[in-house]
Amino acid sequence: MNVGEKVVEIIAREQHLDPAKVTMDSTFEELGIDSLDGVNILFALEEEFKIDIPDTVAQNMKSVKQVVDSLTRVLEGKDISDLAAMAKGGSPAASS
Amino acid sequence: MRRVVITGMGVFTSLGRNKDCFFQNLVQGKSGIRRISQFDSSSLSIKIAAEIADYDPLDYFPAKQLDMLDKFAQFALIAAREAIESSGITIGDEERPRFGVVMGSGMGGAGSFDAGYHNLYARQATRLHPFTIPRIMHNAATSHICMEFGAQGPALATATACSSSGHAIGEAFHMIKFGLADVALAGGADAPITYGMMRCWESVRVLASGNGNPATACRPFSADREGLVIGEGAGIVLLEDLEHAVRRGATIYGEIAGCGMSSDASHITQPTVDGPARAIRMALAEGEVAPEEVDYINAHGTGTRLNDATETSVIKEVFKEHAGKLAISSTKSMHGHTMGATGAIELVATVMALERGVIPPTANYTKPDPECDLDYVPNQAREKPIRTALSNSFAFGGLNAVLLVRRWE
Repeated sequence: MNVGEKVVEIIAREQHLDPAKVTMDSTFEELGIDSLDGVNILFALEEEFKIDIPDTVAQNMKSVKQVVDSLTRVLEGKDISDLAAMAKGGSPAASS
Repeated sequence: MRRVVITGMGVFTSLGRNKDCFFQNLVQGKSGIRRISQFDSSSLSIKIAAEIADYDPLDYFPAKQLDMLDKFAQFALIAAREAIESSGITIGDEERPRFGVVMGSGMGGAGSFDAGYHNLYARQATRLHPFTIPRIMHNAATSHICMEFGAQGPALATATACSSSGHAIGEAFHMIKFGLADVALAGGADAPITYGMMRCWESVRVLASGNGNPATACRPFSADREGLVIGEGAGIVLLEDLEHAVRRGATIYGEIAGCGMSSDASHITQPTVDGPARAIRMALAEGEVAPEEVDYINAHGTGTRLNDATETSVIKEVFKEHAGKLAISSTKSMHGHTMGATGAIELVATVMALERGVIPPTANYTKPDPECDLDYVPNQAREKPIRTALSNSFAFGGLNAVLLVRRWE
């Protein structure tokens, strides 16, 4: 199972959603995920992957794809300091 | 001054999951006390509690909602649903800001605390579940009730240990009486049967062991009483301005005529006679009821040596020679001491006794104690028309709440 599939599985499980309804293109808004749900998902991801996701990155994860991208880079040990700035950019989902 | 009536009632207890079942079992002297089954209690010295048997939260809530609900808030919502359903009320959008909620809890989300700290200390987790705070906070029950029923008026939580829901109902009563709200849900909920909480209570040395027979463990006012039994559950009443209730053609179950509140200001666990006596007098004064008019007292009656003897002295102090003519019973003998829920559960028992003319007994009474020499309605329910009754709540910490109720005629 790759990172994307695992993320979908965790989001579906934590939100009590049908996994088939959670796709790479789903935004948190579409899935009914509010800020507290987001924190819960983050907690589950950190537990699952045994990593720490910095708050600055976490606050801007508003879609499944953003989660997968951020996680992939954290797992690869890459510098992720630019991710927060990137997410703050044009994405409407991140504007809240 | 506005009059305040009870137009809805709900309970969720070890003795029944709704008010009719609960009252029927009370009248029959049944017991909700059993060996604890929700966790492994074999290492505890006290292994019994008034536990809601075979409780499955998924029978009442979808999984997503449950993530956010400690058991005490679950119990509160279930009892609130019955209170609303039994009232037949529908609250329009424009009425919501006049719809209040006051819920008491002694322990809040005890189970979520316990589970979280177990992870932290025993399993060496370095962080806790993000829903821990919204689950454990004492006001969670109030907030979830507000959300489910759209109550947007004054809403708060009380935490006065065993008097929590007596105070909650008193506060809601005064809110309506003094015009801050027209309708309010008020009561209490607690789910204290957790490993950690049972250990806390064990250490106070006020719990009855039952000696192998849980059903007769709690024996209030009896010479051989050995302590209280922890229980879980919720009780809620819907209070309403009388004119509001009459306008919508509501069924009226009873009237709250007064509420007395006082502090012993003496000792953190040892009760006084003066503090509770002042609370009773205050309730009678507010309802303009003479002591001789009181027919029944649903006692705090925990079953500890000290409480029951002191409460007897309190009743004699206030009622003088009428004390011997009153019917007094402790329904805790059957539903246990449900902490912050107990005042509300007992108020429902009291209102149903007024409504039906049947006084529930003090169960498990075996022999008289010279220090407890009043009429405790031992073991057998009593059919007797009663018009005016008190429900006593005296808490650890010396904080007392007494509710005065009248039969609706």
